[in-house]
Amino acid sequence: MWQFFHKLGSPKWFYGIAGRFMPWLLGFGLLLALAGIVWGLAFAPRDYLQGNSYRIIFIHVPTAFLAQSVYMMMAVAGVITLVWKMKLADVFVRAAAPVGAILTVLALFTGAVWGKPTWGTWWIWDARLTSMLILLFLYLGIIGLAHAYSDEKTAARAVAVLAVVGVVNIPIIKYSVEWWNTLHQPATFKLTEKPTMVPEMWVPLLLAVLGTYLLFGWAALYRMQTEVLRRERRTRWVKELIAAGGGSQLKSRGA
Amino acid sequence: MAFDSFSAFVVMGGHGPYVWTCYGVFFLLVALIAWLSIRDRRQVVRSQQREQAMVSSGQADTARRARAGGGFQRIPTTQNESISKS
Repeated sequence: MWQFFHKLGSPKWFYGIAGRFMPWLLGFGLLLALAGIVWGLAFAPRDYLQGNSYRIIFIHVPTAFLAQSVYMMMAVAGVITLVWKMKLADVFVRAAAPVGAILTVLALFTGAVWGKPTWGTWWIWDARLTSMLILLFLYLGIIGLAHAYSDEKTAARAVAVLAVVGVVNIPIIKYSVEWWNTLHQPATFKLTEKPTMVPEMWVPLLLAVLGTYLLFGWAALYRMQTEVLRRERRTRWVKELIAAGGGSQLKSRGA
Repeated sequence: MAFDSFSAFVVMGGHGPYVWTCYGVFFLLVALIAWLSIRDRRQVVRSQQREQAMVSSGQADTARRARAGGGFQRIPTTQNESISKS
């Protein structure tokens, strides 16, 4: 365990191990996500109440789930930064924040476009919608803060504090549909219960969710590798890697 | 297939514009993430390659000069003048 922890502190070790996982994450992620999306768009049955507009669920739920999960991962990484001062945790937060922000934008956008034919409005200050908007502002705050300090350690600490404090918003998002029963429908998936949808609907949704998680894993590792290269550019191993012609290992998109 | 024809698939019972807008924006923004990430990586690698090329050519330069001039160079100063004036 401690040896593992120690190794995680080594950027060179991380760079290599990430490169080994990335092709699998990218391949299976694309496969699952595309299978789920094609199945959901063309083959899943029509919803008896909402008609075909419900097909937006196959991207709305994955992006909304992931936007919250990424924030929670960033909060955990924030704790690790503050307690153990592990640099890779800060590298993760920096790499993940822009991806999380775009995912939140996607969740909000697809939700608004879905809301128009279903509720008759693009936007309402419903608790779920408002707390998701706050999540977007938290992401933007973290991105801004990460660039606000020239000193790397100060920036890492400030970003970690915001990531940890902001996590209070996550249970608010999760329970908003139960505490304030307004417009947004309750959760589609719960870990503790069987889904209320028919399998022809929830299986493709599950595939899309798993696929986007794997794709996020690929993007996070790729972006972390880039940040490691930038931070470690004065070290011998990065110089050798780049002198080797910026070789296939650097240019490869993980494939 | 949940639809009778391809046109029914595109129209989606009147919900086509909503559904296709969502999927379009989804793929656009996913592509944006990939593009930004790959661009960042290229920038880091290129700037390092440039720096390394400069360092190695700089080293070659100093080495050449050292071989040709023995490493010393005459630098004109104003010291002699000031002495003759005083």
